[in-house]
Amino acid sequence: MNLNGILQIILYFFVILLLIKPIGLYMTRVFNKEKTFFDPILCPIEKLVYKLSGVNSKEEQNWLEYAKSLILFNLIGVVVLYSILRFQNILPFNPTKSDSISPDLAFNIAASFTSNTNWQSYVPEGTISYFTEMLGLTVQNFLSAATGIAMAIAFIRALAREQSNTIGNFWIDLVRSTLWVLLPLSFIFSMIFVFEGIPQNLKPYVHARTIEGKIQILPQGPIASRESIKAIGTNGGGILNANSAHPYENPSPLTNFLQLIAIFLIGAALTNTFGRMVKDERQGWVLFTAMGILFLFGVFASYYFESLGNPLLKDFAKINMEGKEVRFGILGSVLYAIVTTAASCGAVNSMHSSFLPISGMMPLINIMLGEIIIGGVGVGLSGMFLFAIIAVFIAGLMVGRTPEYLGKKIETKEIKMSVLAVLILPLCVHCFSAFACTTPWGVRGPLNMGPHGFSEIIYAFSSASGNNGSAFAGLNANSFFYNLTTGLAMLIGRFLIIVPTLAIAGSLVRKKLVPPSSGTLPTTGLTFVFYLILVIITVGGLVYFPALSLGPIVEHFLMISGKVF
Amino acid sequence: MATKKRQSILSLEIIKQATIDSLIKLNPVTLFRNPVMFVVEVVAILTTIFFILNLCGITKENLFFVFQIAAWLWVTVIFGNFSEAMAEGRGKAQANSLRQTKLETKAKLLKDINDKEYKLIPGTELKKGDIVLAETGSVIPGDGEIVEGVALIDESAITGESAAVLKQSGSDKSSVIAGTKVISDWIKIKITSNPGESFLDQMIALVEGAKRQKTPNEIALCILLVGMTIVFLIATATIEMFALYAGTHIPVTILIALLVTLIPTTIGGLLSAIGIAGIDRLVQHNVLAMSGSAVEAAGDVDTLLLDKTGTITFGNRMADEFIPLSGVNELELADAAQLSSLSDETPEGRSIVKFAKDKYQLRERNLSQLNAEFIPFTAQTRMSGVNFENSEIRKGSTDAILDYIKRKNNDKSIQVPQELTQVIERISTSGGTPLVVARNDKLLGVIHLKDIVKGGMRERFEELRKMGIRTIMITGDNPLTARAISKEAGLDDFLAEAKPQDKLELIRKEQTKGKLLAMTGDGTNDAPALAQADVGVAMSSGTQAAKEAANMIDLDSNPTKLIEIVGIGKQLLITRGALTTFSIANDVAKYFAIIPAMFYITYPELGALNVMKLATPHSAILSAVIFNALIILLLLPLALKGVVFKPLGAAAILRKNLLIYGLGGIVVPFIGIKVIDILVNFLHLV
Repeated sequence: MNLNGILQIILYFFVILLLIKPIGLYMTRVFNKEKTFFDPILCPIEKLVYKLSGVNSKEEQNWLEYAKSLILFNLIGVVVLYSILRFQNILPFNPTKSDSISPDLAFNIAASFTSNTNWQSYVPEGTISYFTEMLGLTVQNFLSAATGIAMAIAFIRALAREQSNTIGNFWIDLVRSTLWVLLPLSFIFSMIFVFEGIPQNLKPYVHARTIEGKIQILPQGPIASRESIKAIGTNGGGILNANSAHPYENPSPLTNFLQLIAIFLIGAALTNTFGRMVKDERQGWVLFTAMGILFLFGVFASYYFESLGNPLLKDFAKINMEGKEVRFGILGSVLYAIVTTAASCGAVNSMHSSFLPISGMMPLINIMLGEIIIGGVGVGLSGMFLFAIIAVFIAGLMVGRTPEYLGKKIETKEIKMSVLAVLILPLCVHCFSAFACTTPWGVRGPLNMGPHGFSEIIYAFSSASGNNGSAFAGLNANSFFYNLTTGLAMLIGRFLIIVPTLAIAGSLVRKKLVPPSSGTLPTTGLTFVFYLILVIITVGGLVYFPALSLGPIVEHFLMISGKVF
Repeated sequence: MATKKRQSILSLEIIKQATIDSLIKLNPVTLFRNPVMFVVEVVAILTTIFFILNLCGITKENLFFVFQIAAWLWVTVIFGNFSEAMAEGRGKAQANSLRQTKLETKAKLLKDINDKEYKLIPGTELKKGDIVLAETGSVIPGDGEIVEGVALIDESAITGESAAVLKQSGSDKSSVIAGTKVISDWIKIKITSNPGESFLDQMIALVEGAKRQKTPNEIALCILLVGMTIVFLIATATIEMFALYAGTHIPVTILIALLVTLIPTTIGGLLSAIGIAGIDRLVQHNVLAMSGSAVEAAGDVDTLLLDKTGTITFGNRMADEFIPLSGVNELELADAAQLSSLSDETPEGRSIVKFAKDKYQLRERNLSQLNAEFIPFTAQTRMSGVNFENSEIRKGSTDAILDYIKRKNNDKSIQVPQELTQVIERISTSGGTPLVVARNDKLLGVIHLKDIVKGGMRERFEELRKMGIRTIMITGDNPLTARAISKEAGLDDFLAEAKPQDKLELIRKEQTKGKLLAMTGDGTNDAPALAQADVGVAMSSGTQAAKEAANMIDLDSNPTKLIEIVGIGKQLLITRGALTTFSIANDVAKYFAIIPAMFYITYPELGALNVMKLATPHSAILSAVIFNALIILLLLPLALKGVVFKPLGAAAILRKNLLIYGLGGIVVPFIGIKVIDILVNFLHLV
């Protein structure tokens, strides 16, 4: 660790802090249908979309209708994307002559991109045509992100409204998230990325002759535009296999910094949108503070352990640069790894597998906690709501009152659904990993031995179930077994959490608002922040302790005693 | 005041019964109600089977170790059962002492109200609608309402109040409780509850774990605990598969040990005891509750409606100040006031004598020795006083005394002096009553009579405010008086000139604002409001209608009890929350005990996590399991007594309890497991 690195972390966090309020306010106006700067251009488009799709923009939905629309829409997304992947060889815009994709991989990709995971078990360059790239993957990058935002907004409405039945209209939330939030932000970031030298074209790959006389293939494509939505929508799927470690995706420290900003931007600002919509901004700041503390802990822990270097190599190399880009260094790589896993993005600029055991464990922990530290756009905030509900429930008992969150009584139904939603992730991670550990098809996956190989397996299923999409690297995941299991894990981890979350919203929106008194548990203030963190760690995190002990923790101690894998 | 039927936690009789019950409760069918403990029982059975397999030489593990783990798992379940049985035992003992009398009584059953002959049947066979006769000396066989007659009734068996109460048909005091005794005269009673449906029976059902309905809040907590149990179940089950990948194998006994220490057994074992103990604490305060939810609702109450008379004030106006007019000595006024009241037996009169004694050290004198004659108050004169041989003293309303002065001075033009008007106005606006005193033809001054607020009420309302509870006074007084009293007592609001329907309306209005209300009542006209309130406490001295509408009954008929009931409700929830936090926080230490031990063979490097420096892998695992069992028993007294509850704001309570039960929950097991480990090795148990 050095001062320069620490200052960079602080600078990054400070810029995020500065952006929360303006973006939060903007999104509040968007979803409350108040006037915004973009209205003159976007309102006519919005109207046209509703007219073409037959959506009644005056109608609101109850939670069940909302959930049905959401599921239906995403189901169609899976089917369309699957078809595009299977038939891309006969579809246009295929200068790289990419072939049709095998059914298992096509299923995996379709599940991956609709669930906002962007897990990529394939090498994109040479596999994916430009048509698939733009009309398949990028479209889902926008729509899956918009789905997440819509869900969060619906949940916030449930908390803000009183004795109502409806939580908004999914179609309207979807359209407004896409048009007003994702498109303008993507446009701005794409422009900067192009300016910084990221390619944006539809040309075939360039075959260049190197100085050594060999042929090197330089991939091309609409990289800059994909790069922006990859970060803004916390999608994480790169157009190139090396993802943000590739100079075409992430050429400079500036693009690196901007990508980091873009990944946290909407997730962090949504806490403010939440605060504004429930008419108490402090409520938003409390959630952000809890997120911020967990985030900074992860960054500093990871940075500290990674800076120590590998003790076995201390005579040869002071720092551990394996799997890292020289232009990002230790801090740039560690920070990216923590941000991308905190936010359920999954883009990478270094190989997490090459981190030292403990610093490599921090991204894994971020995913295992349910990616509620900022989290994926929308889903991160709603995941935090679930923990807040459980925290409020236990803390509420501790102060001697039936618990309330923002004046809404937390009762059996909310607890039932929160517990269900919170438990899906650990269940999914454990069961799939155990399955992989005990079947020959699963064991064949990891490239490394011992605990490191185990880390590779558990990281894969955490990443898939948690809809993160980053890979630990070192796992040969493009097999029928892994394509199927991770595909299922992604769908379960996405939609089996969204449905109970919306059910809670449906139950909360009907409730009366109980006016607060000094007997009400305050959900602002540091005591609650720390209690919330305690609940996140004990209820959401402790369960992974045995698995982590068999992976990175034991690897760390083995490394100290001189054994590596 | 009632004598509280408290009993020590360690009554031998109860412990003996609870020990037997805790074995009976091992029946999986009934244990299924408590899913966490049910899981422990299932794995205890599994471990026992492994032990037998080992014994037969089918599997080869350390025999003594497996035996000990199996034994401690059974102990864990039994401790959980024991906790519930102890709480039940205490509650039952409480209720039984109330029920005792009822079982032994014979009822004189009449065919109808005019029947002259009665048939003697056991009190337990009475049905709703039966008419029974109760005469001098007999015990009333069932809850009911007097349909004919008047009688003096001794309720001390139920309430502990020694003074007998006059009850009569058609009045507000027409209901009688089983177990009370008729002291004089006779009454005919219409029984109002079927066997097993009386308040007492309800109460007994509430403290019996097996029949007890879980409250919504308890159900929610249960779901959380079940959820955590499931996820830990999966997490431990998958360890074996992860271990296989690592090329090793974990004995099932050790996996089971990890599972049992991780799932929330502490709170799982104590949950039902906490609920029962809450109801039990109410009974100790002589309050019967109709349901467990009512007790929890009491903890949630935002607003208390309190009747002024009897709750906030003593109900009688009392002397509070002697204000002499100029030229009159204060002592002179006090002396005259006392003399005029010596034979005045009205509460006001007595209070004047008492006030003169307390403040001016004026001893009581005997009027006959002074040769004085007492002039009592009449509706015509509207004043009272004394006549001495050569002087007269009078006290009364301003008008009456003015008339008296005019008469004495033979001057009809006398006006009320400016000074007096001011004093009287001051007293009136403060809600008090002025009583003017005159001697012969001279005005002496004014006695300030006022509704005296009971001692300590102001502080209690202050406590309630800290807890976020608003207090509203209900009174028939005019707004002026009401405001003065509510200000003096430190209440938040008042409802003056209140009629019963105003009360109901106030409750509805507050409820639409999302608030929960509690109130007490005794009259039939209180019934609708009692039913509407979230917590309605009927006075045991009240009418049957009031009792039926309420969800709690106070046997002491003490309206301030409401405040204690709120405290008990809060304490119940706090205890539940605190022990849940403690239980979950315990897991950290248990991981550090078991994980390094578990993988000792494959990865001895994980010994670095053995921060407690436990001696051997087996002693570490055994110690964690033993700690996990013992902590249930150690926390049982806390579960039964309830966490100490001080009226503070929610934020302060959270901070305090988080420090004690959150931090404590993390630290305590580290110490506990270490100590047990030392003992286990000292005794060579592994």
